[in-house]
Amino acid sequence: MAEIDQKILIHLNENGLIDDSYPWSKELGYGHDDVVGRAKSLSVIRYVVTENLSTSFYTLTDQGSSVIKDGSQEMKVFNAIKEASKLSMNDLKTAVGKDTSKIGMAQCMKNKWIKKEGDDLIPIVESVEDIVRSQLQSLDNMSDKIAKELKKRKLISLKKISSLKIEKGPLFSLEIKKQAADITKEMLDSGEWKDIQFKPYTFLTFGQSVGGGYLHPLLKVRAEFRKVLMQMGFEEMPTNKWVESSFWNFDSLFQPQSHPARDAHDTFFIKEPARTVSVPEEYYERVKTMHEKGGSGSIGYRYDFQREEAFKNLLRTHTTAISSQMLYKLAQNCGDNFKPAKYFSIDRVFRNETMDATHLCEFHQVEGMVVDYNLSLGDLIGTVETFFKKIGITQLRFKPAFNPYTEPSMEVFGYHPTLEKWTEIGNSGMFRPEMLAPMGLPEGVRVIAWGLSLERPTMIKYKIDNIRDLFGHKVEMARTKTAPVCRF
Amino acid sequence: FFFFLVLKGRLSSIDENNHLPLPSRHSQVWLSNFQYRIIMPTIAVEKELLFSKLGRSYTDNAFDELCFEFGIELDDKTSEREEAMKSSAGTLTREQLQTLSDAIIYKIDVPANRYDLLCIEGIVRSLKIFLGDIDAPVYKVLGEVKESITVRKTNTDKVRPFVVCAILQDITFTKDRYDSFIELQDQLHRNLCRQRTLVAIGTHDYDTVKGPFVYDARDPTKIEFVPLTPDDRSFNAKELLNFYETEAACKHLKPYVPIIKKSDVYPVILDSEENVLSLPPIINGSKSKITLDTKNVFIECTATDLTKANIVLDTVVAMFSEYCSKPFTVEPVRVNYMCSNGKILDTKVTPLMSNRKERANIEFCNSLIGIDISPEKMKILCNKVQLGPAELLENDTILEVTVPPTRSDILHPVDIAEDVSIAFGYNNIKKKIPTTCTVGREQPLNQLGDLLREEIGCAGYTEVLTHGLCSIRDNFTALRRLETPSVSLSNPA
Repeated sequence: MAEIDQKILIHLNENGLIDDSYPWSKELGYGHDDVVGRAKSLSVIRYVVTENLSTSFYTLTDQGSSVIKDGSQEMKVFNAIKEASKLSMNDLKTAVGKDTSKIGMAQCMKNKWIKKEGDDLIPIVESVEDIVRSQLQSLDNMSDKIAKELKKRKLISLKKISSLKIEKGPLFSLEIKKQAADITKEMLDSGEWKDIQFKPYTFLTFGQSVGGGYLHPLLKVRAEFRKVLMQMGFEEMPTNKWVESSFWNFDSLFQPQSHPARDAHDTFFIKEPARTVSVPEEYYERVKTMHEKGGSGSIGYRYDFQREEAFKNLLRTHTTAISSQMLYKLAQNCGDNFKPAKYFSIDRVFRNETMDATHLCEFHQVEGMVVDYNLSLGDLIGTVETFFKKIGITQLRFKPAFNPYTEPSMEVFGYHPTLEKWTEIGNSGMFRPEMLAPMGLPEGVRVIAWGLSLERPTMIKYKIDNIRDLFGHKVEMARTKTAPVCRF
Repeated sequence: FFFFLVLKGRLSSIDENNHLPLPSRHSQVWLSNFQYRIIMPTIAVEKELLFSKLGRSYTDNAFDELCFEFGIELDDKTSEREEAMKSSAGTLTREQLQTLSDAIIYKIDVPANRYDLLCIEGIVRSLKIFLGDIDAPVYKVLGEVKESITVRKTNTDKVRPFVVCAILQDITFTKDRYDSFIELQDQLHRNLCRQRTLVAIGTHDYDTVKGPFVYDARDPTKIEFVPLTPDDRSFNAKELLNFYETEAACKHLKPYVPIIKKSDVYPVILDSEENVLSLPPIINGSKSKITLDTKNVFIECTATDLTKANIVLDTVVAMFSEYCSKPFTVEPVRVNYMCSNGKILDTKVTPLMSNRKERANIEFCNSLIGIDISPEKMKILCNKVQLGPAELLENDTILEVTVPPTRSDILHPVDIAEDVSIAFGYNNIKKKIPTTCTVGREQPLNQLGDLLREEIGCAGYTEVLTHGLCSIRDNFTALRRLETPSVSLSNPA
């Protein structure tokens, strides 16, 4: 080791720099890794300064070496055919071997050296040159195009070498003075300390890792959102139910049974158990009437409501199914004593959609709603703004939209500070009277609600482009371990 | 409950420069629509044609703004050439690509409940009314009912019970108008008609056929005609359906075959000379084919849902009566439902083109939106959103609006209130915070879950978020477990 150190220092003293450690180490017969190691330690004590280099070059594979030795496959094939003046494919295989014949024959055809006559192969030219072999023999001056071809045939491969450029450092000296690691009492007593060189502290290397546990980034965001909503006085809904009946998921929300979202293309239906067990019968009748005939000021949808359709089980497509049940319970329990409420939930929903970089079949929905007398669109705008302000988006605009169960409906657009552009960040609306009236909520009670997905703000915050890098079994552990603290 | 992976350990992978691996560099990827995935139909309109019909010109941004205020969305800009390049991915030669137009096409997303916005005519009309450039047209059904269609109810009830019809008189088609006419029918078929299962539209050159018409359902082998597909061959209905199931050139018709295939009788529209106009919902006949020279159009919509059939017919009529010599008029047809003994059980005159009146309490609207505008102002705003002319009743407390046939989405006073607020401008509404006083609360299960998560994390475990949906193989077979009853999907992805 000391030998290499010396060689480096001497060389630098004479020539000022070592251009490239790789050829230099080869020249002197040292292992390149050793040289790199020593150069690095010398740079730590600032005797030298290093710069990273990266070179790539082509080398022969084993196949390539054998071609240089014995000639290329097409050469062998051509010679075999020339000698026999014509050969059948099977005979060729026996003559040169299966692999050689396959590759060689293809190349010969490509180069137009041979042609097929019935079952046999015959040469079309008198003599040929083994171009590939000569190419392989002059690797250094190869054009990219030729290199690509040879690489495709696995005759050469690209090697990358990382090496160093080494120059004199600020504390350069031919002699390596030993540096002291610690200051001792003796040094202080003797006065030596004035002259001794001390090893500098390195603050840039990592110490031994302490290990630790890590929480998932999506769930970190979920925890933050839960806090935000509870700070706004919202009560969490019990959403621990993934399988839902069409009745609660669609019908109770006044979504017609012929709506495209109820298609097998968009919703996952359950094979087993296929039907729900029961629904509140009196409420069911009121919902049915509302769909078929209307009521409470509405003309309804005027179609035939099917019990069979309502009883189909599915994986819930939105947590609004639970919101609906909460509103029903609220109406049933309050009687004449209505108490306003604010509910929220953050939980998983399922949609049978085409999957792409930002969509999976299951994702998480954030939903909030306020139930009170005489709420207005202005209240909805105010509530939505309050929520988004708390998660860092302060500039909002609202766009008319359509949901089967809200009217008016608004799409929420915000100026996103990270993306630096206006983008859709949520959806909102007031639940339709056709949905609320059959539940038995008092007249004048209105419900405003809004929702967004959990994945989207998380992907923006953590700068993740593909949802599979966030959710599921393909997530890299390293990503979870290095996910920063979530702060909005 | 979320699952935890038993992965206690040190931080691995420190790279050679002693840095922690960084998350991938953020690229400006447009993360498209998420959560509440609204199903929004998309209409493609040529930009220049749109602006010339609008009588106004916009920059892309300005048009985007207008769409935003109105409630539609400019989703994408493309051109015929660009579309071809994207889809066929190089199967067209450069010469072929050059022949395609590079005129800019706007792709506009419209709300799923606005069937009147499914064609350029509807979008232009609505925007012009919104901008105040024109008043909403008044659609008139011409007084005399001269034409009729008899429904052989006992037969049609077996497969497709209802039909509604209308006649557009003295219409002028150009290539653009004709293309739009076909496109509207396709859009309606795709959306409201649920892929023709609920309603199917047939349009015919009225001058090539002779009324009165018949809507019947007959033995497939007894229905013989030349259909509107490339061939000039005559088929009977049974062999025609088999043909469409197998013929590659007609594969776009294959999805509709199952709608009637299993029935003993197939629906058929005929004229008084037993010429077949159409075999709903599959295909029209070649005889009554519409061309650019067609002057009078006979429209028939057969259906299993009468409400939707009327909405569909009203929409087609409302949109294209614009091009009749007497704009926004339509000739009605009497529909007689006849039973097997010849007795007429029911008779209707279509199209309905209902101009119904609906009422909303003015204070209700103001309170719902959170504004306080005068009844007069509200009345004027109605004009912008095709709910005019509106009247003030009962001492200016009630707003009575006129709901045209193009606004079948108006079901309840809240729909009126929404439209008033759109006319007012959502972004002009003053925000308020609800005075609702409540106390926040978490679900005990989630609270416990989060506390446990933290403790387990502190103990050195790394959290993993697994999918809820997994395969039988992953859940049972790969773990060498016997399959036990579990919640399984009937339509897995």
